[in-house]
This record gives sequence, structure tokens and C-alpha cells, in this order.
Amino acid sequence: MLAWTIYLSFAGALVLALLPKGKPAVARWLALAVAVAGLALAVTGFVASMGQGRLVIVDLPWVPSMGVHFLLAADGISRVLVLLTGLAAVAGVLFSWNIELRTNEFFAFFLALIGGVYGVFLSFDLLLLFMFYEIAIVPKYFLIAIWGSTRREYAAMKLALYSFVGSAMVLIGLLAAYATSGSHSTSLIALGHAGLPVSFQMWAFPLVFTGFAILAGMWPFHTWAPTGHVAAPTAASMLLAGVVMKLGAYGCLRVGIALFPHGLDPWGFSFAGIGSWRDVFALLAVVGIVYGALVALVQTDFKFVIGYSSVSHMGFVLLGLMTLNQIGVTGAVMQMFSHGIIAGLLFAIVGRLVYNRTHTRQLAELETMHLSKRLPFAAWAFVIAGMASMGLPGFSGFVSELQVLVGAWQVNPWWVAVAGVGIVVGVAYTWRALQKAFFSDALPSAHVLEQEHGQALAPITWSEVTGVIMLAGVSLFVGLYPKILLDAIEPAVKTLLAGGGQ
Amino acid sequence: MSGFPVLTLLTVLPLVGAAIALWSGRHARAVALITTLCSLALALFVWTRLPANGSIGLVERAAWAPSLGIEYHLGVDGLGALMLVLSAIVTLMSVDAAHRVHHQPGLYFGLVLTLEAGLFGSFTALNFFHWFLFWELSLIPAFFLIKLWGGARRGPAATQFFIYTMAGSAALLVAFLAVFVSTGSMDFPHLTLLASTGELEQMVTAHLGPVTFWLAIGVLAGFAVKVPMIPFHTWLPAAYAEAPSPVTMLLTGAMSKMGVYGLLRIAIPLFGAQIAQIRTPLLVLAVATVVMGAWAAAAQKDLKRVFAYSSVNHLGYCLLGIFALAVPVAATDASAQASQAAALNGVILQMFNHGLTAAALFWFVAIMQSRTGGHRGIDDFGGLRKPAPVLAGLMGIALFSSLGLPGLNGFVGEFLIFRGAFPLAWVGATVSLLGLLVTATVILTVIQKVFWGPVPERCASFPDLHHGERLALAPVIGLMLLIGLLPQLIVDSVNPTVVNLLTHWRF
Repeated sequence: MLAWTIYLSFAGALVLALLPKGKPAVARWLALAVAVAGLALAVTGFVASMGQGRLVIVDLPWVPSMGVHFLLAADGISRVLVLLTGLAAVAGVLFSWNIELRTNEFFAFFLALIGGVYGVFLSFDLLLLFMFYEIAIVPKYFLIAIWGSTRREYAAMKLALYSFVGSAMVLIGLLAAYATSGSHSTSLIALGHAGLPVSFQMWAFPLVFTGFAILAGMWPFHTWAPTGHVAAPTAASMLLAGVVMKLGAYGCLRVGIALFPHGLDPWGFSFAGIGSWRDVFALLAVVGIVYGALVALVQTDFKFVIGYSSVSHMGFVLLGLMTLNQIGVTGAVMQMFSHGIIAGLLFAIVGRLVYNRTHTRQLAELETMHLSKRLPFAAWAFVIAGMASMGLPGFSGFVSELQVLVGAWQVNPWWVAVAGVGIVVGVAYTWRALQKAFFSDALPSAHVLEQEHGQALAPITWSEVTGVIMLAGVSLFVGLYPKILLDAIEPAVKTLLAGGGQ
Repeated sequence: MSGFPVLTLLTVLPLVGAAIALWSGRHARAVALITTLCSLALALFVWTRLPANGSIGLVERAAWAPSLGIEYHLGVDGLGALMLVLSAIVTLMSVDAAHRVHHQPGLYFGLVLTLEAGLFGSFTALNFFHWFLFWELSLIPAFFLIKLWGGARRGPAATQFFIYTMAGSAALLVAFLAVFVSTGSMDFPHLTLLASTGELEQMVTAHLGPVTFWLAIGVLAGFAVKVPMIPFHTWLPAAYAEAPSPVTMLLTGAMSKMGVYGLLRIAIPLFGAQIAQIRTPLLVLAVATVVMGAWAAAAQKDLKRVFAYSSVNHLGYCLLGIFALAVPVAATDASAQASQAAALNGVILQMFNHGLTAAALFWFVAIMQSRTGGHRGIDDFGGLRKPAPVLAGLMGIALFSSLGLPGLNGFVGEFLIFRGAFPLAWVGATVSLLGLLVTATVILTVIQKVFWGPVPERCASFPDLHHGERLALAPVIGLMLLIGLLPQLIVDSVNPTVVNLLTHWRF
């Protein structure tokens, strides 16, 4: 059933692309229908397979001579991320309700991107996974280059180049793994059992992991992320932070860690406390957490604050992965879900609720606008989203970051100490943005006052309200009842860490 | 013990009320009044259903997220139930006092009720996650109540309040993370048990090295900010003064008790031995809180700041009692045990009494402000007993209760604290007497300047309390007299809990 999320999204994209131009309303409703249907499938699939392990959905020979199969399957991790994709897709459509420029093309690219993301999360064949991974990159480029804002061509190109470099690294690693295994299969399950030589894993692991981690926004390869997020139209920023960065993290886990577990073994020597690839990547992760947070603290553009916060929060995912223990990796997957929801909500508020009405994202200008009075819904939505982003208890971010920290503590308390600094700074930058953008006491400038009397800000629409309530509700629900996701993630992580083909 | 989940109902009720209040505009205050009255009734019901032996009753348990040590575990003993009753009374008083909220009343009362839910949740939680959830939940509405309805310098005051408390929370969170990593549990009763046998320290040392002491410091810091203990008190005067008076009632009446409660429910049970090691410096800080709080109150000209610093002073007695009893006592030493029990009884009574009295005092300030267009300086008033004899009489009772006059509620708690503290820490207790003395001067000065002397022009036509206000204030003042004369109403229920707590604590 979950496979239909992929087919449906691509079919929707195709229909939208062929739709006659000049009917934006039809395009919107069609896109919404497809996204909702995808979410419904994702939810049904999640509920129906609760408590079960990995389920193979489709397994057809594809390129028999190379042993390539069209192999779709889902374990608990996949199902949780498919659920996330469904939610992000619906929210993305809702927050793109105001797109008037080439509406049907916009939603066609949007659904193609969603289809690719579903595909990555459900593929258990290396080549298939890689194909979907590439499919997801192309629409992203057009979404930014055509519908974007600030320096959109530059940002789109930067993002595409980074992505392709990452992909190239991944591809080299994968082909080498295929050749080395000699198992004549590209199935992740078979390759996991193949037992690749340790020396091979030692160089293939960092290559593949870095390749994927570029898309996850790992410091110092993160620079595409903030510029891309800022340039992208709201829905694309939401998807970029919400699910595309998760593709990278998912690849790190599903391919990097699962296929090359020995790549994380100690080198046998250590330099300044770094004695394995695991230490290297954990260090990069914690640097990313703190660096992203500190940079977010000094931004003048509201959207850049959120863009850098994504780098910081994705650092938790990578740190969780590097713990290699049950609780830490579970936390990493939880954080993927949680950050997907929260970042989507934050970008929606900044890009759609605020920017579309104020036409500025400069905090200094927003400061004079008294938005808490003029856009109370946006202000309180940001309060909730900000609380979730700070990782206050009761929201999904608290659970996931707690798990990552507990897991990290068992390995190396220093990681926790540094990441803890990132959390404190995280409170500070969210706080600063909230104060400046919405609850400032600064006196309005003459220009703004004039504007205030001249024209009221456009009222909040139903699609915005629905989207905010849906995302905030999910974060709160998962924060209060994390068990619903943990029950799916924990067994899958256990199997994956135990080795033996995921 | 299963049955009707009354504690869950108690916590959810204000949240439901908050949701209704948000959408009821001008009628929000009525919604809030009904909700807080129902909450008070429910809290009193809980009070009557406590187990007679002082153990934790009305327990509710359910699996939540087992792999993280998170469990839905609620329960109250005499201490928790008394705090529930206090929170319910103070919130009711605060809603009662806030009849002049014209700006976004729906949001205002929604936030007040959310704050009440935060109080109820943190006083009933027996699992760290659950407790922390509500601890933070109470912080957010408090921040916005100051930020959006406060006085002229509300912005910096709210931010300072938020940052201090957040820093305290971070310290708590890190400490509990360490405890969880070492023991795999976040359950207060379970951890108390581990600590009472010394296993907690062994487990922490085995996992993380000799850091138990620093964890104790982290936990102490978190609560010291909230209480507040000198030198972590600097956020308080600004926050109390800038917040609208009904919100100050909540801050001082109920929220400051979360800090003392945390010391009794979490810090002492888990880290009693570590706290006993640094008992002397802690006692010094407690005495400093008592004396310097009173001293600072004497220097203030703004009535709200006077009462803010006098709150610091009164909570200092709680700290004095707690740290005085944090000392290893031989099982055969009956007299020292009796002193510990007296001090702890005193601390718990003082928490309740201070909450009641301080909330009442800020209520009176609110009334005086509303009658004079916002004036609240000591020198702005004079001779009020002539135009407003009833106000002067009732406020006088509240002031004397704050002073600790025998026969009123304030006396009992302080007396028991000193009764317990003298044998256990006579130097600290003696120096603290200075605080009593200064407080007496402060209160008498207020009475003199506000009620006596010539009547300035702005007070000439000062209207006395009208019937509605008399009706609302009478039960509060009545309660002060009642507890002052019949302290056993509370002590009878609290004492078994005190005995039970002391048997589980190890210093």
C-alpha cells in the first residue's frame, strides 16, 4: 500500500504538468487532493503495520543481468519518515495556496519532489534508492530558480552543485561496494549480509557518509542550506528543511552505517583524541550544532535565523547517528521527524504568514511593525513553533534531543557538554527572533505608521490556519506521546544496529 | 491504588478552562472564576482523600515512553496536596483581583489558567519528564503575562525573568540527564529509595565518575533561582514590580513555592548527603536571604518592591529551615529528630502562609492602585484609615500576618522553623532573628505611612472597599485568622507526611 504514495505523487505531477494553463484553482485543489491521499496512505500504512518488522512491498527484477531489483520495503524507520513526508506534502500545498505564477508547473515540480522523497524512504535496492535520490534534486532546483527570491539563481545553482558532488561521492562508494561484494545483487539486504572487507569499509564509509551528510547539512558542507532555504519559495524551504535534509541523514543511516559498520571502527591510532571516523563525524556534528546556533544568533534576516537553526538541529541527527547505540540512533530518527515538522512550521510562518504580508524579512524592520498586534495568529504560532524548536518539554524536539544527548553521554560526555551549549544558544536565538519580529516595544517609524493607517495587513487565510494547526498539533502530540513513533523506530534501529542486513 | 483519576482531572480542568476563556472575550473572567472555583473544590477534595500515614496517595500510573524512563506517574502526599490547595486559592484570588483587564481579556485569563495547570501538574508529578513539562509550562504564560500586561519597563523585566529561570531549568535538565544515564530511571520515589541507601551516588560514580556533588549543585541552582535564594534573586524585584499586581500574586503566592517544593521533593531526597556536605555555606546564603531581603525591603519606596523583597525574606525562612535540618542525625537522638520534624513542619506551613499573605498584600496594592490611578509609592498615601477604615483594617491584618504576629497564620510557620532550627543551627537561627526585627520595622513603617498621619489630597476621596471586594477578601482574611488560631487544621495532615519524608531522607 505504501508504494502507492510514490506512484500517486508522480501521477499527480504528470497530470498537473499536462493541465492547461490558467486554472490555478484546479491545480491547487488537485495538488492538495494528491498530497492528502498520500498522507492517508502513509497513515494507513503506519497504523496497519504497527508492531511489525520490515515488510517487503514490491520485489520485481529490473536489470536482471546486474541483479538490480525494483525492491520497495518499509521498516519502522521508513514508515515514520514516509509519515513525515506525507505531512510535509500536505502542509507545503496549504502554504503555497497563494502561488499565482505558473501554478500548475509549481505543483507538478512539488509533487515530483515528494514522489522522489517517498521513493528514497521506501527503496531497499541501492540503485533504486540512488535514482529516487537524484529525482528529488532536480525539481528542487527549478522550484528555487523559478519561484525563489533573494539571489535565487545563485542559491539554486549552489544547492544543485553541492547535491551533485555529494551524489557523486555516494555513487563511487556504492559502485565499489557492488563490485567488492561480488554478490551480484544491489539489494541493501543482500549487501548487508555480504560482509565487505574491513579495509574497504574504512575508506568507503567516510566517502558515502560524507556524500549523504552534505545533503543533511553537515558542517562545514552546510553552506548551501541557509542560502537555499532563504532563496526558496515557502513550500520549497519547508520541503528542503522538512524532508530533503532528512534524505541525507537517512542515507547516512540506511546506507552509510548499515552497509559499512566497520568503517566506524577505531583506526588503531588517535590524533588529538580523534581515533576513528566516528569521532571525526561526531566532532563535525557538535561543531555544526554550536556553529549553526551561534550564526543564527547574529542574523538580521528572519529567514536566515531559521535556515541556520536547521543546520544546528540537523547536527543532533548526525550526533545521534554517531552514538551507534539504541537510544541515540532512535533519537536521531525521532529528531529527523521532529525537525521536519518544526522547521516546516517555522519556515511557513516566516515565509508565508509574515513575509507575504510585510514584504520584508529584516528583523530591524519587523521590529517596528508591532506584529503581535497586527498578526496575532502569526505571533502565537511562532511562540508555539519557537517553544518546540527550543526543545521545551511537551514538544517532539525535547524527546528527540533528550534521546540523542542520553545516547551521546554513554559514549562521550564531552559531546553532550558542547551540544548543550548549542541548546542554550538555541533558546537565545529563537528568543531573540521572537522578541524582535513580534513582541518588540520599539517605536514604529513614520513610514510604518503611515502604512499602518493606510492599509491593513491581509487577513490570515484558512489554508494557513489549517497548516499551522496540523504541524503544531503533530509536534505536540508526538512530544506528549512519543511512544507512538518510538514503538515503530526502536525495533527497526535494533535490527539495523545488530547488523545482518538491516 | 487505582480509581477515578482525580489528579489528572485537576490538571486538565484549567487547561479546558483556558481554551474556553481564549474564545470568550469579555466573559473570559467569568469563565476563569468558574474554573478556579471548581479547581479549588477539587483540590480540597484531594486534601480530604490523603492517606492517613503520610505516604503518597491518589496514585495514577501508566506507561508513557518506557525506553526513556518516562512514565505517567502522579500522586500527592500532604505536602503536594497543600500546595494544590494553595495554588487553587491563589489563582482564584488572582482572577478575583483582575477585574480591570480590558486589553485582550480572553488571552489574559487563558494564560492565567494555563499557569494554574502548570502549577497543578508540577505539584502532582512523580516523574521528572512530567514534572519538567509542567515546570516549563508555568514559565511561558508567566512570561507573557508580564510582557504583555506589565508596567513601563515590562520588556527587560520579562526577559530577565525568563532567562534566569531558563538557565535554572537547563541546570536541572543536565543534572537529571546524568541521573537518568546512570540509573535508567526518572521516577522520584524510586530515585529517593536509591538515594536513601546510597546506591544513587554509587551508580552515578560508576557511570560518570565522582560528579554527584556537581549534580546536586545543578539541581540546587535550578531551584535557588525559582525560590529565589540570594544571590540568584536579582530577577525578582523587577519582575514582581513590573507584572500587573494580580500576576504578581501568582508569581509570589504560588510560583515561588515551586522552588521550595522542588527542594523538598527532588533536591533533598536525591542529594541529601551532598547538600549536608555544603550545609554551612548554604545556611549562610539562607541567612543572607532572610536578613538582606528584609534590609532591602526597608530601603524601598515602591509598595510592590517592598513586598517583593519581603517575599524574599519570608522564603528565606523556608531555606533556613530546610538547610538547618539537612544534617545527619543518629537514630537514637530523639530530640534532634523532633527538631527536624518541627523545622520541616514549619517550612511547609510557611510555604502556605506566605503564599496566602503575600498574595493578599499584592491584592491590596492592586486595589490601592486602581483607586489612585496607578500610585503605589509608600509616600503617595497617608491617613487611609480615615477615608477607608475597612481597607485599613483588613490590610492591617494581612500586614500583621506578614510580620508574624501570634494569632495570625504567619506566626505559626516561622515559630516552628525557629523551634527546629535553633537546636540544629543556632548561629544561623540567631542571626536570622535580625531579619524578623527588620521585617517588623518595615511592616510598621508601611502601616504608619499609609494608614496614619495627614491625608494627602489625592487620598481625600479615597473610596473604601465596596461590598464585592469585602465579600472576596473576607474569606482570605478569615483563613489567616483561622490558621493562626487553629494551625492543627493543616499540621494534622502535614505532620504524617513530614515524618514519612524524614524517614526516607538520608543526609
